[in-house]
Amino acid sequence: MARPPSRRPGINRRAQYSLFASYVVAVAGAAISLLLVVVAIFDPTGFSALRTGTAELTRPVSTGLKGMVSGVGSIDEVLAAYWRAGSQNVALRRQVEAERNRIIEAKAVAQENLRLKRLLKLVDKDGSSLLTARLISSSSSSARRFARLNAGQWQGVRTGMPVRAAEGLIGRVHSTTPNTSEVLLLTDTGNIVPIRRANDSIPAISTGAGDGSVEIRALSAGRNPFKPGDLLVTSGIGGIYQPNIPVAVVVRVQGEIAWGFPLANPSRVDAVTVERAFEEVVTRPDPKAPVTQEAEPSSNAAQP
Amino acid sequence: MIDPHLYYVSRLGRQPSRFRLASIPVITVLMGSAITALPLIAQTPVMPHFGLLLLLSWRLLRPELWRSWIGLPLGLFDDMLSGQPIGSAMFLWTVTLMAVDGVEHRMVWRSYRQDWLIACSAIIFCITGGWFFARITGGGNIRLLLVAPQMLWTILLFPVVVRQCARIDRWRVMA
Repeated sequence: MARPPSRRPGINRRAQYSLFASYVVAVAGAAISLLLVVVAIFDPTGFSALRTGTAELTRPVSTGLKGMVSGVGSIDEVLAAYWRAGSQNVALRRQVEAERNRIIEAKAVAQENLRLKRLLKLVDKDGSSLLTARLISSSSSSARRFARLNAGQWQGVRTGMPVRAAEGLIGRVHSTTPNTSEVLLLTDTGNIVPIRRANDSIPAISTGAGDGSVEIRALSAGRNPFKPGDLLVTSGIGGIYQPNIPVAVVVRVQGEIAWGFPLANPSRVDAVTVERAFEEVVTRPDPKAPVTQEAEPSSNAAQP
Repeated sequence: MIDPHLYYVSRLGRQPSRFRLASIPVITVLMGSAITALPLIAQTPVMPHFGLLLLLSWRLLRPELWRSWIGLPLGLFDDMLSGQPIGSAMFLWTVTLMAVDGVEHRMVWRSYRQDWLIACSAIIFCITGGWFFARITGGGNIRLLLVAPQMLWTILLFPVVVRQCARIDRWRVMA
């Protein structure tokens, strides 16, 4: 194919000017978009309001498709369960027998706890969870790790709120639109979570690695205290995440850094819980301030 | 009953509407960008850039269709859906389109292979650029190796996408 003739306007003045003007617009636009990226360095959520329209438009599509495919995501597990089903059944039965005694013991301990707490006049009321919603899509083509949540500002979700599943921490809310919100996943490299080891409270910091794992650095000086198999939970420092949410399990230790794998897989969990920031829950509200109205639960968000 | 073939009306001499001629390419690129609305919660950047692929396909198939500023609105839409900082695809796509213009001026003879080569370099430039922009805006601080698979299958998908584009184009210009 020879070169296309259309790009060479010849001696037609009007065509020449039009071509020139199109390049002026393109270059100016490119410069402006570079400026937008520079603004995003200093204010990452600055232009997120621009996303409102597209987020609201794609929400029904994503929600509908999510409802259709939620069974497909775990189809490998279902198939694997048929493999050696008999021996697995026997093993599970034995395990249930063994666990039953433990459950009875745990129930007794829970009752005793309740009694002791009553004696101490401690009130154990947890008002932290706000609503339950679904993750409907994600930034699958970008280097950032965002997921879109099917609940937003009108349902009471605010920027900075932690998001968790039953298995563990998912991330925190990065920006909101009226009906959806963007969740910064635990594995994004911009998400830093203060954590501690579950059994002896060694403090550490978890940073996402961008590839589905997290990088864990101990805050104490000296030798790396972690070893594979350590369970990590949030420490509550910083006031966003409430303490004792399971975060990750250490899989590999490499010098100063330990690599962990998140306990909750955002693509597998069925529903996630949005919680109020830990600081809001533990600090008493100003008595003069009016009590904020509970957001109306809408069709896409179920109150827990 | 009348034979349905008797209802046949000749399509010769009919013109497709201007709206159809202009909007079909734009709509396909927007749909390519909207592929991230699929309910897939990815742990790594795995999804090929369909928006970019369709933009390149249309540009290389139909050089007279768009001026290079079309990268600005289409890139803005892509940024709104992809999770990249706003301005990233706007900049990269516009620069890519201008570079394709420049290459076209220099290359006298061009065939399908050269088109693929141009698309290859454009895809590598856009994905690396997107990775860089995500990195400097405080987030995607990942190794370049992690976007390599995405780069590879975006490049390998180009022939398929360009063929589908050509098919849509044939339908577009036939009234």
